Amino acid sequence: MIEDLVEAEGLVKRFGDFTAVDSIDFTVGRGEAFGFLGPNGAGKSSTMKMIGTVSPATSGTLRVLGMDPASQGRQIRSRLGVVPQDNSLDMELTVEENLMIYGRYFDLSRREVRARIADLLEFAQLTDRRTSKVEPLSGGMKRRLTIARGLINRPELILLDEPTTGLDPQARHVLWDRLYRLKREGATLIITTHYMDEAEQLCDRLVIMDNGRIVGEGSPRELIDRHTSGEVLELRLEEPVGALSGIGDHTEELADRVLVASRDAESALAEVHARGINPAMSLIRRATLEDVFLTLTGRTLVD
Amino acid sequence: MTGRLRVVESHARRYRHTWRSSVFTGFVNPAFLLAAMGLGLGSLVDANNGAGAFSYLAFLAPGLLAATAMQTAAGESSYPVMAGIKWIKSYEAALATPIGIRDLLGGQQIWSMIRVAQVVAAFALVEVLFGALSVRQAALATIPALMTGVAFSPAIAWFTIRLENDSGLAGLFRFGIIPLFLFSGTFFPISQLPEQMQPLAVLTPLWHGVEWARDWALGSPPLWPWQWHATALAAFAVACFWGAHRALVRRMIL
Amino acid sequence: MSALTTRTGPPTLTGGWRAHRVLERNLMVSKRSWVLVLSGFFEPVFYLFSIGVGVGAMVGDVQVGARTVSYAAFVAPALLSSSAMNGAVFESTLNIFFKLKWGKVYDAMLSTPLRPADVAAGEIGWSLLRGGLYAIGFMVVMALFGLAESWWTLMAIPAALLIGFAFASVGMAATTFMRSWQDFDLINVVTLPLFLFSATFYPLDVYPPAIQTVTRISPLYHGVELVRAFTLGMFDWSLAGHAAVLLGMGLIGLRVASGRLERLLLA
Ligand SMILES: Nc1ncnc2c1ncn2[C@@H]1O[C@H](COP(=O)(O)OP(=O)(O)OP(=O)(O)O)[C@@H](O)[C@H]1O
Ligand SMILES: [Mg+2]
Repeated sequence: MIEDLVEAEGLVKRFGDFTAVDSIDFTVGRGEAFGFLGPNGAGKSSTMKMIGTVSPATSGTLRVLGMDPASQGRQIRSRLGVVPQDNSLDMELTVEENLMIYGRYFDLSRREVRARIADLLEFAQLTDRRTSKVEPLSGGMKRRLTIARGLINRPELILLDEPTTGLDPQARHVLWDRLYRLKREGATLIITTHYMDEAEQLCDRLVIMDNGRIVGEGSPRELIDRHTSGEVLELRLEEPVGALSGIGDHTEELADRVLVASRDAESALAEVHARGINPAMSLIRRATLEDVFLTLTGRTLVD
Repeated sequence: MTGRLRVVESHARRYRHTWRSSVFTGFVNPAFLLAAMGLGLGSLVDANNGAGAFSYLAFLAPGLLAATAMQTAAGESSYPVMAGIKWIKSYEAALATPIGIRDLLGGQQIWSMIRVAQVVAAFALVEVLFGALSVRQAALATIPALMTGVAFSPAIAWFTIRLENDSGLAGLFRFGIIPLFLFSGTFFPISQLPEQMQPLAVLTPLWHGVEWARDWALGSPPLWPWQWHATALAAFAVACFWGAHRALVRRMIL
Repeated sequence: MSALTTRTGPPTLTGGWRAHRVLERNLMVSKRSWVLVLSGFFEPVFYLFSIGVGVGAMVGDVQVGARTVSYAAFVAPALLSSSAMNGAVFESTLNIFFKLKWGKVYDAMLSTPLRPADVAAGEIGWSLLRGGLYAIGFMVVMALFGLAESWWTLMAIPAALLIGFAFASVGMAATTFMRSWQDFDLINVVTLPLFLFSATFYPLDVYPPAIQTVTRISPLYHGVELVRAFTLGMFDWSLAGHAAVLLGMGLIGLRVASGRLERLLLA
């Protein structure tokens, strides 16, 4: 049994002259929850589509489940669970029928799919909506249905493209809980997101993508340790940033505030006050993946 | 009134994207239809003296004008109305402004009539070019044709407004517009229909339009005086506009 | 609750075509709108009553080759042929375009073992299934009106399917090139003259010779000739030629459609 379910080397995706994915390398091990964190247009979905064998790579090598997507797409897809960014649910069918026909696409017998539908609807908390059409479902329900659909064939590898984008905080937590369950059962997950909290919560290991490139890789903890000073002091100032020179390891000026990276933000703040600067707002917090992204790219993740 | 004109303007703006192909088909489709049915099939009918005193082409021409008005009105007041209510939701957007339900429906109907007038005018011109009718005959037949459009447009709008989704519209065309087109006296006099079906044809607005148009254009001895046809069409139009208005109030506001 | 992802056995994956899954999906959808699906049967029947019977009374009899037949018997096979064309074109253009651009139905299918060629073949198969049902219904009506003279008339059903295949494939191929709804006006610009000028409503010899030559290019003309030969029981070798034109058109269309779908959906 192979251990690396996905191996990519020098993977490139071009649309005409435009390079959406620019020579990236990564591997995803069995049982891992692997993340792609990046802003809009970073190339996350393009990468996911190549893994899902619905978009041919322009160059580089890619192996999925030990097979070649170009020649063995069908075999790969039969063992994959895909949750696309835009759901692509069948609006002309009911909740239950969506699961049924999707199972049939995998050549599962009706009896087998019927048995699975009960479990999956319970998993997706949609049991009481089983005969409802898809259109009137809420965004969170549609997302859960899409995830349930992606599980119909008992996939070994599940691709989740922005599983919680557009959902309210409560719906996100419900979804995270569902994804945890899959992880505990030993499923291999590949998740894309532009929420750093989601990446921290769900991913064992992740890569940070920007403009089609991978700019950082590791577990959330490692990335934070490696690329930040541990704590951050956020200030809103009247004075020019120059007034802070020498305080902390590094300062970053954003549109509405200044971030000071420091091992000890408490004493950095004391130093600010000691210089006679009175910030309109000050806040001390732990460094997050957001700060990692900022350090690596000089930009914020969600703008 | 200005609200209504705004609505007409918004329809016209949307039309700008399609006017080229619409003008093209406005002339080409009638030419095809007259060539195939009027001249081609007509040569068989005329060899048999089938249309009595007239050539089949002349027999067909006034009726086709009315039938085309019906089809155009049906096209303008069905899918576009469904789109406004349900798909692009432009009705909801308009109602958030000072524009009211009456403006919305009135504007849509005015626009529908502008389109009917365009299509009928093009069709009449082609009929003249084909020698099917003289300019005078064609001009006379245009009026009943426009009245047919006036009658159908609010009726179709009413039907559409009350629909939940567009599958009903497919049914409308299959079981409403197409049978009317085929059986309301356009292609053959309704006296050839089975005895029991003839009163049914009299109940359809298209028959009134076709009969009236043929009466004015060809002076064929009318079954009914034209004033009766005109009254029937006008009454139908007013009743349907009233119904459509009520239905739209229910749909958009209540 | 049992585990959701753990696999109990190897995945069942049988090779080959799976266009029938696309058919299965469409069948599932149409269960709810079967009235609408069946309603497609009525259109050619309405035309038969109106043009065949109503106008037919004004026409009298028609000379076909050496035979004299009633106008209804002459026009019925043409109406069957054109409704096969219209049904196939409608199904394979507007419907497919909608699914392609908005429905996202195919995106979901292609993330499973289905391939673009399965989608193309499945959709065309679905349109043929419906067309076949309408053709059978129309045959029954023809028989009731005494227009079916021999058992050969039954052969008109596969002939109608062949017309459906030819037009559904080409229609689908054309749809893959469409950019917006406005492009669909073009389809009517093509199908209306085909409908009107393919020896549908009157024999070919009514036209001037120049137009006769043009008509012979019309694929629907070949369909009409084929179906008419069967319903009137007048055969000769030209039938093989008509059938070959339609078959060729269908195969080329299918080939182009699957290739284009692949390029569109697997970008
Ligand atoms: N089919 C396509 N044709 C042309 N350009 C494309 C296509 N698909 C994606 N792109 C471009 O490639 C880039 C990366 O897109 P991609 O969808 O992979 O980004 P993403 O990281 O998923 O972003 P988001 O967070 O917005 O989903 C974008 O600039 C996008 O415009
Ligand atoms: Mg994306």
